[in-house]
Amino acid sequence: MISLANPTRFLSLVERLVPWLAGATLILLAVGLYLAFFVAPPDYQQGETVRIVFVHVPAAWLAMFGYALIAVAALGTLIWRHPLADVAAKAAAPIGATFTFIALVTGSLWGKPMWGTYWVWDARLTSVLVLFLLYLGLIALWQAIEEPGRAGRAAAILALVGAVNLPIIKFSVDWWNTLHQPASVIRSGGPTIDPSFLTPLFVMAVAFALLFVLLHLIAMRAEILRRRVRALQQTQVAHAALVEA
Amino acid sequence: MRAALALLRRDIMLAWREGGAIGVALGFYLVVVAIMPLGLGPDLNLLSRIAPGVLWVALLLAALLAADRIFHNDYEDGALDVLMTGPLPLPLVAATKSLAHWLTTGVPLALLAPVLGLLLNLPIAASPWLVLAMLAGTPAVSFIAAIGAGLTLGLRRSGLLLALLVLPLYVPVLIFGVSTVSAAITGPASPWPPFLMLCALSLASIVLAPFASALALRNALR
Repeated sequence: MISLANPTRFLSLVERLVPWLAGATLILLAVGLYLAFFVAPPDYQQGETVRIVFVHVPAAWLAMFGYALIAVAALGTLIWRHPLADVAAKAAAPIGATFTFIALVTGSLWGKPMWGTYWVWDARLTSVLVLFLLYLGLIALWQAIEEPGRAGRAAAILALVGAVNLPIIKFSVDWWNTLHQPASVIRSGGPTIDPSFLTPLFVMAVAFALLFVLLHLIAMRAEILRRRVRALQQTQVAHAALVEA
Repeated sequence: MRAALALLRRDIMLAWREGGAIGVALGFYLVVVAIMPLGLGPDLNLLSRIAPGVLWVALLLAALLAADRIFHNDYEDGALDVLMTGPLPLPLVAATKSLAHWLTTGVPLALLAPVLGLLLNLPIAASPWLVLAMLAGTPAVSFIAAIGAGLTLGLRRSGLLLALLVLPLYVPVLIFGVSTVSAAITGPASPWPPFLMLCALSLASIVLAPFASALALRNALR
């Protein structure tokens, strides 16, 4: 972690890692999608719609992983002042938000044939929606503050406040749902997972995780370079002002 | 302690004499509640069923509207810099200002709520529980709003951003607040468990939120 604090060393590591990661991601995604769409049998209850789950579940896992990553990076920003921590957090936010969005969309596409409606105010759906809103808040805060240092620390504080709140929100939403519609809590009611479903699910989960890491590294590289451009522009402007004076 | 009390008195006096600071929040609360039946139709049964939810949501919005005032004026005129170098630890400054926000916004809104409840056909027997639940829940609203106010200090469009940041954090308060009032109206569940959860949320926010607010303030003023 400490040796990675040097952005240049980190960038060269990224350069070496990205091709390998990209290759592995592509292969695993191809294998996973093939298994999910052609090899896995249709479920006896859910029919062909079960294939949506192979995209939905990994996306939902990574949605949560993304927020956890941001929260850990927030500790890195506030406590250890690791120079790459807030770059990591900033780069992870849009990716995590996208995976959350994918989880919500695929979930609602799956819900239409299974539950007969695109959206149910089920406890789990609601808490994922709140997670999405927290992501949006973080991204908006980064957009609103121009100075990267201040933006990073503000977002880190917000991310930690959100991380403390997430379990409480989850708990209260569970309470709310059981209180309001105890009889109609809709459950997927599928069978305990059969190996024929577990294998594609596992491959897809690893592929999605690699995709997350790959996108994250690329986004971090872009953010580091963006900051360098910004710093260069500032010195240029300062220099020009000096010359003029 | 004396310094905290003096700051509290000053903030309340400022809100009181600023002219309309408290009134605007109350007026906003009235307007939001009043346009609800226009959108939903005048069916009194429906209105009485959704009254707790409408009253709580409108209260959250009204409290947020007043929230960017918590630090903003003192930031503009430099008083915040003086407070930072003063004898009072910054978390205590944040706590005092959050408390002032609660006293000048949360409490008046909570006291106005049963009157607005009449407009929504809320059973009068539920009014004490409504006021009690709101008095118990609004400290959490004020103290969490202060975190958002600190984070968005001095930004453009800070009001909108503040709402986006803070409203998701209000989900627990909203849920337990509405369940308390709903349980008081319809039973059979007792309103006590959600009410006590609401108290717990407020107490936890009072203890924890000022540290986050102070951190946000220090960051904004650096």
